[in-house]
Amino acid sequence: MTVIVGLEIHCQLDTATKLFCGCSTDYRDDLPNSHVCPVCLGLPGSLPKVNRKAVEYALMVAKALNCEVPEESEFARKNYFYPDLDKGFQITQYDKPLAVWGYLDIEGDEGEKRVRITRVHMEEDPGRLVHKGGADRPKYTLVDYNRAGIPLIEIVTEPDLRSPKEARRFLNKLRATLEYLGVFDSEKEGSLRVDANISIKGSERVEVKNITSYKGVEKALTFEVTRQKNLIRRGQKIERETRHYLEARGVTQAGRSKEQEHDYRYFPEPDLRPLRVKSWLDNIVLPELPDARRERFMADYGCSLNHARTLTGELKLANCFEKVVASDKRGLSPLAATWIADTLIGELNYRDMNLDRIEPAAVTGLVLLLKAGTITDKSGVEVLRIMLDQQLKGEAAETPDAIVKRQNLAKTAGDTGAITAAIEEAINENPKALDDYRAGKGGALNFLVGQVMKKTRGKADPGELNRMLTEALKRREA
Amino acid sequence: MPGHTVSFHPDDRYSAFLRTVAEAPCGEGKLGGIRVAVKDNISTAGIETTCASRILQGYIPPFDATVVKRLKREGAAIVGKTNMDEFGMGTTTENSAFGPTQNPVDPSRVPGGSSGGSAAAVAAGIVPLALGTDTGGSIRCPAAFCGIVGLKPTYGRVSRYGLIAYANSLEQIGPMAANVTDASLLFEVIAGHDPRDSTSLDCPYRHIPDPEIRGVKIGVPEEFFGEGVDPRVASVVWDAISLLERKGAEVITCRMPSMAYALAAYYVTCTSEASSNLARFDGVRYGPPADTKRPWHEAFQERRREGFGEEVRRRIMLGTFALSSGYYGKYYAKAQAARNNVRADFERLFREVDVLAGPTMPTVAFRFGEKSDPLSMYLSDILTVPANLAGVPAISVPCGKVERLPVGLQVMGRWMEDERVVDVAYAFEQGGSA
Amino acid sequence: MQPSRQGGIIGMITERDTEHIGQLADIAIHREELASFTSRFNEILEYFDLLDQVEVVEEVEERAYNILREDEVTPSLSQEEALSNAPGNEDGFFKAPRVM
Repeated sequence: MTVIVGLEIHCQLDTATKLFCGCSTDYRDDLPNSHVCPVCLGLPGSLPKVNRKAVEYALMVAKALNCEVPEESEFARKNYFYPDLDKGFQITQYDKPLAVWGYLDIEGDEGEKRVRITRVHMEEDPGRLVHKGGADRPKYTLVDYNRAGIPLIEIVTEPDLRSPKEARRFLNKLRATLEYLGVFDSEKEGSLRVDANISIKGSERVEVKNITSYKGVEKALTFEVTRQKNLIRRGQKIERETRHYLEARGVTQAGRSKEQEHDYRYFPEPDLRPLRVKSWLDNIVLPELPDARRERFMADYGCSLNHARTLTGELKLANCFEKVVASDKRGLSPLAATWIADTLIGELNYRDMNLDRIEPAAVTGLVLLLKAGTITDKSGVEVLRIMLDQQLKGEAAETPDAIVKRQNLAKTAGDTGAITAAIEEAINENPKALDDYRAGKGGALNFLVGQVMKKTRGKADPGELNRMLTEALKRREA
Repeated sequence: MPGHTVSFHPDDRYSAFLRTVAEAPCGEGKLGGIRVAVKDNISTAGIETTCASRILQGYIPPFDATVVKRLKREGAAIVGKTNMDEFGMGTTTENSAFGPTQNPVDPSRVPGGSSGGSAAAVAAGIVPLALGTDTGGSIRCPAAFCGIVGLKPTYGRVSRYGLIAYANSLEQIGPMAANVTDASLLFEVIAGHDPRDSTSLDCPYRHIPDPEIRGVKIGVPEEFFGEGVDPRVASVVWDAISLLERKGAEVITCRMPSMAYALAAYYVTCTSEASSNLARFDGVRYGPPADTKRPWHEAFQERRREGFGEEVRRRIMLGTFALSSGYYGKYYAKAQAARNNVRADFERLFREVDVLAGPTMPTVAFRFGEKSDPLSMYLSDILTVPANLAGVPAISVPCGKVERLPVGLQVMGRWMEDERVVDVAYAFEQGGSA
Repeated sequence: MQPSRQGGIIGMITERDTEHIGQLADIAIHREELASFTSRFNEILEYFDLLDQVEVVEEVEERAYNILREDEVTPSLSQEEALSNAPGNEDGFFKAPRVM
């Protein structure tokens, strides 16, 4: 059963002012209805005026997504009645969008894959609704128009994605691209919203609305794929419908069957003039985008494809990596790539921490200690954890060097006496392991390595320990 | 004179005003201390602005329309808000939710519309100057019916910021006055570029009316004297045109084939835009409240039924239908093609003539209730809508009477040549009074 | 919504169509108004049929493009000003009927 997915992604453009008025877009920590003016409140007689920067940003996106920009585009009114719309219509683009027919290459389920982009257009964000009186039986609605008029771009893909995982990968790549362009801030709450069209080949298409997180896309689609496949297995028909994703429960739910019939009655916005911005494309110099940076990371730093992909998959991560290795590109890169792409990300995720919370210099310090062989990998993890926990608790940040000293984590290199003693102790305490070793059970050696590590608190160099332990065991055999 | 006011206690016997300002602030400038009336669809900060609709009752704009700012900057005293057809939808001012205005020339007749209050206020001598708005003739029609001067400027020459939209692509704010010179002065004050209005043109108006019209080519489209035009009105207007010819203008008859469907194109366009413009009156941000005990659509539908008059509801529904899927191509898209042809007709004619002239209205002022059938009322706009569809300037100047009722001569000019239509009207006004 | 215009007479809209248009326009039409609205609509729509004869003679050039403003913050209304015309408000929000 082939899964077919297409996405419609709304992203807030990171301009200083709204799309059609000079109200600030920096509303998230402020009182409701304190970032509004006659224009974005839809007061009678007010008129919209297009933000040049929003057009420039949208064009940068269009260029980065390899789109065609038609000679002329225009804004249109999408008419429907809802209290989050201050004017009773949304100003968007309809039959003359800013850009059409582009693509974005992603790492698909079966290798590199080109996902076609149908269109990119600009529109205004509606206001925010708060339903009072409980989710099940709302009594009335409260409306905040601070968000109304924030510039959005809508990016629509062709139905080229074949799994929830591919959809997520596409989204991650798109996010990275927009961040590299400097037109989007993925960390702002609600800055991205996704609607997904999903079907099993041969069946009707279902639209899933209201996905507001990157992880949510994969979850919502996985739920929906399972639901649809189960229906088909049971011989039931899939209905063409719109479903809503409930983030908290991870499920999709059918919309009200008797929702208002939609006929948006689009027509050109008479208060705005058309755009002719195709020629602007020539003046847009795109920054280095994720693919180019990935190639550069492989060429300049010798990163593996996987590491390069991970590191360049987020702007901040890529920037962090380059800062960490700045002092000694080739020397530090192999270790830094592993430690950032594998260990650091894992530890940050575990703590639900943001990359901003750690100084690249601290990571450099840690990598230098590892490269010099001062500490073992195990101790390295220990140091990293201490650094992150200090950040998390708001304690004074120690340098990796200071942590190693305070915790006495330096490798016991040269101090073979201590290791020999620990080995002897471990073997004596675990006669069964010795028997197993003699019986040729490979697991026994690893078990004993673990025991010795415990006794030396991870400071023993694993290579040296292995050699010494094997010798000790051989001696016992003799 | 900051801090000065003008007292205003008019005898408003024709119900020209919806509300007046007893002590109106004023200052110095081109209009220093002069009383100016403003149509009630133009936003005035701190003064209730309703478009003569119940749905906006109590709405007090927190900002001034750009034209109002400009009036104040030149010292004018804004003395009141004038009556109109609700949201500008009408040709008689009978469609006001707050009652009709009477024509000062004959109180048994309508003043015309939709800027009937402004026209009556000027014609009755209550104010020397008033602002009207013209979507399909709403300045020129009441000017003609009340015997005053009214100018619909080139689209974009006056800012629409603060004008409560009825049909954005067609309407302009314009001056109304007892004579061409005063209208020209008021136009000078309100015209000019406004960065808030994306359709605003950067073309100020600084012009002293010049009555010299020797060599000016005046085109007279046959269609302006066709079926439906009262022969007595036609005769008065022909006399006016002859006067202009005697003053040295060259008169050329011509054809304007797009007149066949201009009115239909106009009504499809204005109702479509209106259906969208009037969706914002939901009782959430301003105006009488929607019933928050009922679900949204129910509350909204009932509020709109109660808040809008019958003609407004009719036009919203017509426009909704014209834009709906399956009918967009037949109505809205066709109307835009027709509009394109009207513009092309004007451009073609203006390669041969300098202005076009004809009657402003096919008849003199109607009696109250005479146009109760909507289509027959729409048809009376036939001569004024072409200028709106094409965005060109058009003026109505009194040119005589039929049975004591005023007749207006309409002069339409090239895009951005408002100065020329003012001059031709002024030439007639000078010649006529001599 | 697809008003049929296929009612009693071909090309005419019916009272049911009028009700549909009212729904789409979100305007309630009371029963007693239906007949008169419908007959007026038919008169007017019949007149609009004049547009059927329209053919585009020549395209007229648009007069202005790219009317834009700079991305510079201008003062907003205060919350109090924003809410000053609102018939209902609560905790700085506008109050509207329930939507679900």
